[in-house]
Amino acid sequence: MTQPILNVRGLVKRFGGLLATDHVDLTVQPGEIHALIGPNGAGKTTLISQLMGELKPNEGTVELAGQSLDALPTAQRVGLGLARTFQITCLLPDYTVIDNVALAVQVRQGHSFRFWKNVRADHSLRDEASTLLTGTGLEPRANELVANLSHGEQKQLELTIALATQPRLLLLDEPMAGLGHVESQQMIETLRGLKNQVSMLLVEHDMDAVFALADRISVLVYGRVIASGSVDEIRQNPEVRTAYLGEGDELC
Amino acid sequence: MNSETSFKRPALLAAVLIVLIALPTIADATGYSALTSLATRILIYGIAAASLNLVLGYGGLVSFGHAAFFGIGGYVVGILYQHYSLEEPLFGFIPGTNQMLITLPAAILISGLAAAAIGALSLRTGGVQFIMITLAFAQMLFFLFVSLKTYGGDDGLIIRRTNELPGLNMRDKHTVYYVCLVITAAFFALLWRIVNSRFGNVLVGLRQSEKRMAAIGLPAYRYRLMAFIISGMGCGLAGALMANFLRFASPDMMHWTKSGELMVMVILGGVGTLFGPLIGAAVFIVLETTLASWTENWQLALGFILLFVVLYTHGGVQALVLRLAHRPENRNRFSESTMRRFKVLERPLRVRKDARRSNGKR
Amino acid sequence: MTLFLEQLLNGVQFGVMLFLMAAGLTLIFGIMGVINLAHGSIYMIGAYAGTFVATETGSFWLGIPAALAAAALAGVVIEFLVVRRLYGRDHLDQVLATFGLILIFNQAVTMLFGRQPLFVQMPSILDGSVELLPGLSYPIYRLTIILVGLLVAFGLYLLINRTRIGMLVRAGSTNREMVRALGVDVRLLYTLVFGLGALLAGLAGFMAGPILAVQIGMGEQILITTFVVVVIGGVGSIRGAFFASLILGIVDTGLRAYLPGLLRQVMVGPEADALGAGISSMGIYLLMAIVLLIRPKGLFIRNS
Repeated sequence: MTQPILNVRGLVKRFGGLLATDHVDLTVQPGEIHALIGPNGAGKTTLISQLMGELKPNEGTVELAGQSLDALPTAQRVGLGLARTFQITCLLPDYTVIDNVALAVQVRQGHSFRFWKNVRADHSLRDEASTLLTGTGLEPRANELVANLSHGEQKQLELTIALATQPRLLLLDEPMAGLGHVESQQMIETLRGLKNQVSMLLVEHDMDAVFALADRISVLVYGRVIASGSVDEIRQNPEVRTAYLGEGDELC
Repeated sequence: MNSETSFKRPALLAAVLIVLIALPTIADATGYSALTSLATRILIYGIAAASLNLVLGYGGLVSFGHAAFFGIGGYVVGILYQHYSLEEPLFGFIPGTNQMLITLPAAILISGLAAAAIGALSLRTGGVQFIMITLAFAQMLFFLFVSLKTYGGDDGLIIRRTNELPGLNMRDKHTVYYVCLVITAAFFALLWRIVNSRFGNVLVGLRQSEKRMAAIGLPAYRYRLMAFIISGMGCGLAGALMANFLRFASPDMMHWTKSGELMVMVILGGVGTLFGPLIGAAVFIVLETTLASWTENWQLALGFILLFVVLYTHGGVQALVLRLAHRPENRNRFSESTMRRFKVLERPLRVRKDARRSNGKR
Repeated sequence: MTLFLEQLLNGVQFGVMLFLMAAGLTLIFGIMGVINLAHGSIYMIGAYAGTFVATETGSFWLGIPAALAAAALAGVVIEFLVVRRLYGRDHLDQVLATFGLILIFNQAVTMLFGRQPLFVQMPSILDGSVELLPGLSYPIYRLTIILVGLLVAFGLYLLINRTRIGMLVRAGSTNREMVRALGVDVRLLYTLVFGLGALLAGLAGFMAGPILAVQIGMGEQILITTFVVVVIGGVGSIRGAFFASLILGIVDTGLRAYLPGLLRQVMVGPEADALGAGISSMGIYLLMAIVLLIRPKGLFIRNS
């Protein structure tokens, strides 16, 4: 078996008396899309925050391609190839679309202790940012302020920025949330197109999207992984059906 | 685009520069020779306020202790001068000096070191603690200098003569003004480069969202610290110039009200704009001078003006003027590009923040 | 030994004064997210109002309700006219608006009372000393301050831990949104908390009168020290404010009492005194620097 790109072992996070993450084990194999589903409040976003180092877990270890991340701050984890998108979009609203992307490229290129050259005339940044935007719905909107973007465009930009960091593993926190049908379909296509370039951990409520994209699915309920397996295994799993999917056919 | 547009209006800039160059002549010709001194003070405070604005406006860090660096700059000049005139080296081995080419870099260096120490500690926290801590450290330095009887204690240090510059007669008020003008111009050119550089880019990014910057892999602390140091150095430079101009350095330069005044200048002119603080300094000093000539209780008026500006204008005097110009009946007088420029300037930090919040809720 | 105990008591007395200020400041910040520089002005208003009434009527006791009423009134007016507009604004606006208030109040008080410091006569019952231990007599007035301060601390403890308002206050200082979601009249709660903070500041101001001079600028001096208390104790924590106040009060008093003496053994008298005074003024800030190095969020906030 190849070395997993992400390997989480025994992760625990407590908020006071509440167990938000309850001994979670999770692996993502290179090239796969691993979906993480679960009801609201199951602790999915909390888990992503711990993987990124934004929250400190109480117990457990996280490894990226065999390298332990536990002692590293967020910035260094990103440097090693971890990137995330935010469920509630978190962008730089006073900057344009291309500024946002170029800034991610700039940070990836190395330190920013450069005080003289005009950053907006810097072709090494602008050209790469343009390339990243090419072919996305954002291409014609490159010089629009982020504050003026629609929700769907902001979601798209979240993804583009994450890709600008050239990640090995992408943590996607509900990329379809709040999107209309057409936009969701576009997002699914975009993610499918990325599948060979980057591994993904996909947190999503939209089951159509999950079943369309995922290679494997894990189900998180009350901070615990109650099941993990292929799409079909999860569909058939009786425990999952009662705990989360609910009996009946309204799902598929 | 959020990039600084002021330098892209070369005509306006050149006009202002010409007026500033001609100012001493005009002042003498019209009999208002005090105008030159007033303008010198405005330039110096403009440097200090613009330095503060680098952390406050561009970086989003509310420092309430920048007078400390202003005072340190002043004291470097004063202390070096005292050792020069007494002809006894500082600590037994550093000779005193009255040469501006040495005292200004020394002031910048020392205030930069102080900013590094204070910033390294203060930036471990954020938000309201940061405000309180920077204020407290400045107060600490204030007490330190009050207790240094060797350097005048709370009476301060008198510098008998303005520092020398080779080939210039620094006893002439006009010369001092022009020296300050050249330094101010150079300083703003440098600041303009900085805020539009890669460094400025991450600094402004951090103000908008620290979380986003971490998610693209930026370690925030070191950049904020660097901004704090640069900003402290700028204030130190201004303090050194002020000590030269007033021929006096005293603990009052680092009193907490001075920190407050610098912040007032920044907000009067417009937070996070390149020339806003200079405009703010001019407004503040003219206001102070005018009010003080009318009434002894000028601080009362200043307090009310400040309240009004904070509560009712969004983005200071610069934005107020632009907003007035932006009224519908004036709309067709401006080109499309000018209007767009207004739009960016018109959106003060606060409004942008609100926009962000509502974005998040969607 | 008796000198040491006396200094310790002085330290505690200064500490409880700081606590009266810090409690309000930390609550106002913890619950409303507002940094209020005008808290020092309220302290000054309490001191002036109380001292003025006490001097005019000749009764120290009448000064107390006057101080409390004036401070609480000033607090509520400030909240209503200015601070209410600052909730949800960024800290810069809060700092500048309340800085403007300081200028206004300082100048207004100067216009009303002039620049000369006022002094208030202590009532005879509090004037004098008691012998606490053989050889240790201590001014009754200072003991009274300590007692009042501790009573207030105990009262606040009860208020916060035993009442519904206290519950809301506690909830508000950890999660502002939650209190709003509970359907509480947040405006009223805010005004109440602000008024309470102002009341305590006014009390502190009036009690300081007989010990310190009542003068312009007295508020800012104690305000900045109070900030150090709040930072060391942890923003929003009343318990932290209490212990940090006592620690700072004792450290500050101790340094002022002993440092010049120690320095005099290695340098000449006047210089030692000046330097000693300087370093002791810096002492609490250095303490703050050390706390920041170890626990950036304050001593009494659990690191999450």
